[in-house]
Amino acid sequence: MRDWLLYRTFWDLTITGLALGSIYSLVALGYTLVYGVLRLINFAHSEIFMVGTFGALMASQEFLGIPMLEDGGYPYRTGFMLIVFLVFILLCAMVFSGLGAVALERVAYKSLRGNGDLFGAVVLAFLTGFVVSMVFVDDTLANVIVAAILTAPITMGYMSLFRRGKQSPRLAFLISAIGASTAIAEAMAIWGPEKREQYQTPRILEKDVLFSFLGADVRVDNVIVIVGALLMMVALTLFVNKSRLGRGVRAVAQDAETARILGVNVDMIILVTFALGGVMAGGAAMLFTLVYEQSRFNIGFILGVKSFTAAVLGGIGNLKGALLGGLVLGLVENYASAVFGGQWKDVVAFVVLLVVLMFRPTGLLGESLGRARV
Amino acid sequence: MKKSRVLRASALLIGLSLVGVACGGDDTSSDTTAAAGGDVTCDGLKIAFFGALTGDAGNLGQNIKKGVDLAVAEFNEANPGCQVGIEAYDSQGDPAQAPALADKAVADASVVGIVGPAFSGESKAVNGKFDEAGLPIVTPSATNPDLANQGWKIFHRALAGDDKQGPGIVQKITADGKAKVGVIDDNSEYGKGLADIVQAGLGAAAVEMNSLDPEGSDYSAIVTAAKDAGVDGIFFGGYYAAAGKLAKQLKDGGVDAQLYFADGVLDVGFIEAAGPAAEGSIIMCPCAPKDSNADFLAAFKAKFNEDPATYAAEAYDAATAFLDAIAAGKQDRASILEFLKTYDKAGVTKQIKWDEKGEVAGNAIYAYTIESGAIVGKPGLIG
Amino acid sequence: MNPVVRSLRQVGASLAGAKAGLASRWNAMGPTQRLSAYVLGVLALYLAPWWTEIPLLGSIVDTPGTQFTTVLSDRVIIFVLVALGLNVVVGLAGLLDLGYVGFYAVGAYTTAILTSSHASLPWLLALPVSIAVSMVFGVILGAPTLRLRGDYLAIVTLGFGEIIRLSAKNAEWLGGSRGINDIKHPPSIGPLKFGVVDPKPYYWLGLTMVFAVMFLLHRLENSRVGRAWVAIREDEDAAELMGVDTFRFKLWAFAIGAAVGGLAGVQYAGKVGFINPDNFPLLLSILFLAAVVLGGSGNMHGAILGGILVSYLPERLRNFQDKRVFVFGVALVLVMVFRPEGLLPKKVGTRKAVAAPGEGGAQ
Repeated sequence: MRDWLLYRTFWDLTITGLALGSIYSLVALGYTLVYGVLRLINFAHSEIFMVGTFGALMASQEFLGIPMLEDGGYPYRTGFMLIVFLVFILLCAMVFSGLGAVALERVAYKSLRGNGDLFGAVVLAFLTGFVVSMVFVDDTLANVIVAAILTAPITMGYMSLFRRGKQSPRLAFLISAIGASTAIAEAMAIWGPEKREQYQTPRILEKDVLFSFLGADVRVDNVIVIVGALLMMVALTLFVNKSRLGRGVRAVAQDAETARILGVNVDMIILVTFALGGVMAGGAAMLFTLVYEQSRFNIGFILGVKSFTAAVLGGIGNLKGALLGGLVLGLVENYASAVFGGQWKDVVAFVVLLVVLMFRPTGLLGESLGRARV
Repeated sequence: MKKSRVLRASALLIGLSLVGVACGGDDTSSDTTAAAGGDVTCDGLKIAFFGALTGDAGNLGQNIKKGVDLAVAEFNEANPGCQVGIEAYDSQGDPAQAPALADKAVADASVVGIVGPAFSGESKAVNGKFDEAGLPIVTPSATNPDLANQGWKIFHRALAGDDKQGPGIVQKITADGKAKVGVIDDNSEYGKGLADIVQAGLGAAAVEMNSLDPEGSDYSAIVTAAKDAGVDGIFFGGYYAAAGKLAKQLKDGGVDAQLYFADGVLDVGFIEAAGPAAEGSIIMCPCAPKDSNADFLAAFKAKFNEDPATYAAEAYDAATAFLDAIAAGKQDRASILEFLKTYDKAGVTKQIKWDEKGEVAGNAIYAYTIESGAIVGKPGLIG
Repeated sequence: MNPVVRSLRQVGASLAGAKAGLASRWNAMGPTQRLSAYVLGVLALYLAPWWTEIPLLGSIVDTPGTQFTTVLSDRVIIFVLVALGLNVVVGLAGLLDLGYVGFYAVGAYTTAILTSSHASLPWLLALPVSIAVSMVFGVILGAPTLRLRGDYLAIVTLGFGEIIRLSAKNAEWLGGSRGINDIKHPPSIGPLKFGVVDPKPYYWLGLTMVFAVMFLLHRLENSRVGRAWVAIREDEDAAELMGVDTFRFKLWAFAIGAAVGGLAGVQYAGKVGFINPDNFPLLLSILFLAAVVLGGSGNMHGAILGGILVSYLPERLRNFQDKRVFVFGVALVLVMVFRPEGLLPKKVGTRKAVAAPGEGGAQ
């Protein structure tokens, strides 16, 4: 349609599409893991990703002290130091996201399972005190102090108000997720260092062209993203299949009640599930900042929608499906841009999803909720 | 006989409402007029700012409000008998929030003029209200050409619309001798509108590229298309955040074309976003360079401890027009509107004089370049 | 027990007591008394534009920075209509719809096209056509997708909403990013002038629509269709086994929900006179859903309450400035944690099972 653009630039689009898709895949893993175990659409997972990009920013600018520009050019690093830096940033992002995911679970979801605990109560109490004091005073520091004072009594109140043993309706989880997602993104916008501006991360990797594949330039960052994502996914798969905790995850995904009876600590497993998803999102975040070198408080939203679409496309609950779905989505976006123009690419993506679901209602690789198929 | 509480409550509520209806309505404040200059007296007049102060586009509104703040502060200092207030209406640039705010402004009789609305979208949503209420507005930033053609008698613009900026951009690109120019936009009303004008103006030299998603991060498809087309120039219609991402990805992708942008990109945020890739980019703007009026620059820096950013100077001019009207003894909406019709004064940015559609006479388009990581202005290119 | 818990419990108890007291008074009233209570309540609502003039109560209710009546006509009444419609889909039939803004947009855009950009029909004529077109879209969306399981439906409906928005943004004949302006207003009848400045007639029109929709939905809820929806929502497989044609009734839910959403769109377009694709973002779908669930999905009054809260509170709390949305997010989590069924939970099933003496009864 557009002058055979797709044909001429096919391999270029494929390489960059796979790189983009790899990032989608990693984030999709988080959605699919949580859905597989809890049947919950973790709407706030996108903000976990955003927190990871923030972690990458902290790592490179604050902890490592890398400037944005050196002598008017990029602050390239090479050799061993480069690898050390990259690994450090990766670990930072993973820690930020992983902790964020765990905190999210304890605050926004656990009490809805009928199992509210102290951590969740404390955080909720603090937030309540904070918001209430905001009505009267517009100074953040004052709000924090008031909230800290009020936390103890409110916590005790909340602990006894938590509904014990009663599972809440599914919609409540979804709305709680939406609320958490909104609150986290806005908190970053209000109190984060960059507020609502787009912020940049420094480029330490020189983006040379490594080799040429059928006429397309393959850059080093493309390779790192695709290979890195694959490695992370393999690691996750090994963990879920081989380790004891992984077995627990699969058991709870299959049948939580039976797993509980058989002695599995279901709450702990759920925590692990969220942590795993968070770590994967952290990895995605680091790769994202490696390629695009920018982020924003609301970067999670669109990426989250796309990654969730990828997870459903591949078959929600299915780890390999998340990988496939992500890659397919990345490719579809690029090809659609070339054929129809950038403004239509999201429409094409959703239409593809619809068509796939009409012929395979459980996604490309099908569901594997608890069927121990990874 | 026992009446239900509900019945009693409803009756009470209705009764009170009816009382409210009877007693409702506000009275206008009285004001006195006096000779112009330092002897002006007035009572409780306000100039309003209408636009995004918070939210994603909040930066722009903050710039504009600072321009207004400066003008009003200077006026109030020079005229102790007339202290003009500022009312801020934060629409977040959202045409859905704007109507409720506009109604508030219209109902507040002490608001005699509005600097704004800042964006074209919200302008379309609310200018009709201002028109019907006869509340004069001067927008320092809404550049959509359509706005001047709606027949709003209260509408004035303190800068050239896109129908002037577009041809200016075309002129520059042609003067630079670019034979094959890719035209990209961000699919927004402003960006696409401007890109369409530029594309039409460039004629055969233009190669239509894609629209990109300013919220997205991956522009590899466009980079690929640009490389494939072999363009020697690229024009992007949009705002600075997306422009920065695009510039970086273009350079990384090996596209060596000269980059051209418009007023939405004229912000330090572009340099931050693009990094070294911004170097050499050309940004056109109907806004004056910072250093074109040293007094204004100095005063702004003294008050806010920072340089004036995009549209601050235009806002200053807009506010000054209203303040001059007040100083001349025009202290209600109708007379201020009359005053603006014949207003002719050299503002900080240009000669401020409006035609019957509200377009300003001075139509200079300036070309800025990014050199050594800073915005450098070249004096008036197209007048 | 610590004092906070004790006082919270006491507040809770007195609220429950007051509610029970009102409920028993209500039940004790005769039909004429109830009717007059309804009429007075409705009258009070029509007089809402003047609530801000009431001493004391008025200043509590008034929205700082924005015009109260405009908030009513542009935000509250629209959200209430939308919540009523979405409640049919999500609350009554149990279908997770994350793209409801699509129907709202279709209603608004159809009106815009018919009265401004492609034809010059009067608003009154555009109204039924827009509702019909919305219903058609509801069926178009529903037919291929309602066979999907709940959470898949969520992502597909989300995609649908986005497709509508992006198509409006990219298609020139729908106005593109520029949008469509000069949309006609409802016709002025006598003293009610539907102009540009006075929001009151629009509010009254919208309020009348709300009552009409409430009436229709109430009839629907108590009909065969409504009972089928409850059966589908509570246990779809069981309903299917009992012979309920689940697909057809789900499609009905979609169509009716779409019709109400379209109606809200028509009302909105007729009021503001200008729409563009940015009026219909995905975020709005999410807000709509939050309104229904917050208020209590499945319960018409809950949906209305949710719609009012979600549209009115951000304006009332404008003095929070930048932090409004943050507060909203936290509030959502808090309400869900402590009251997951929503503020006004639905009554389980439309009939109460009456236990025979001697059997263990339901509570």
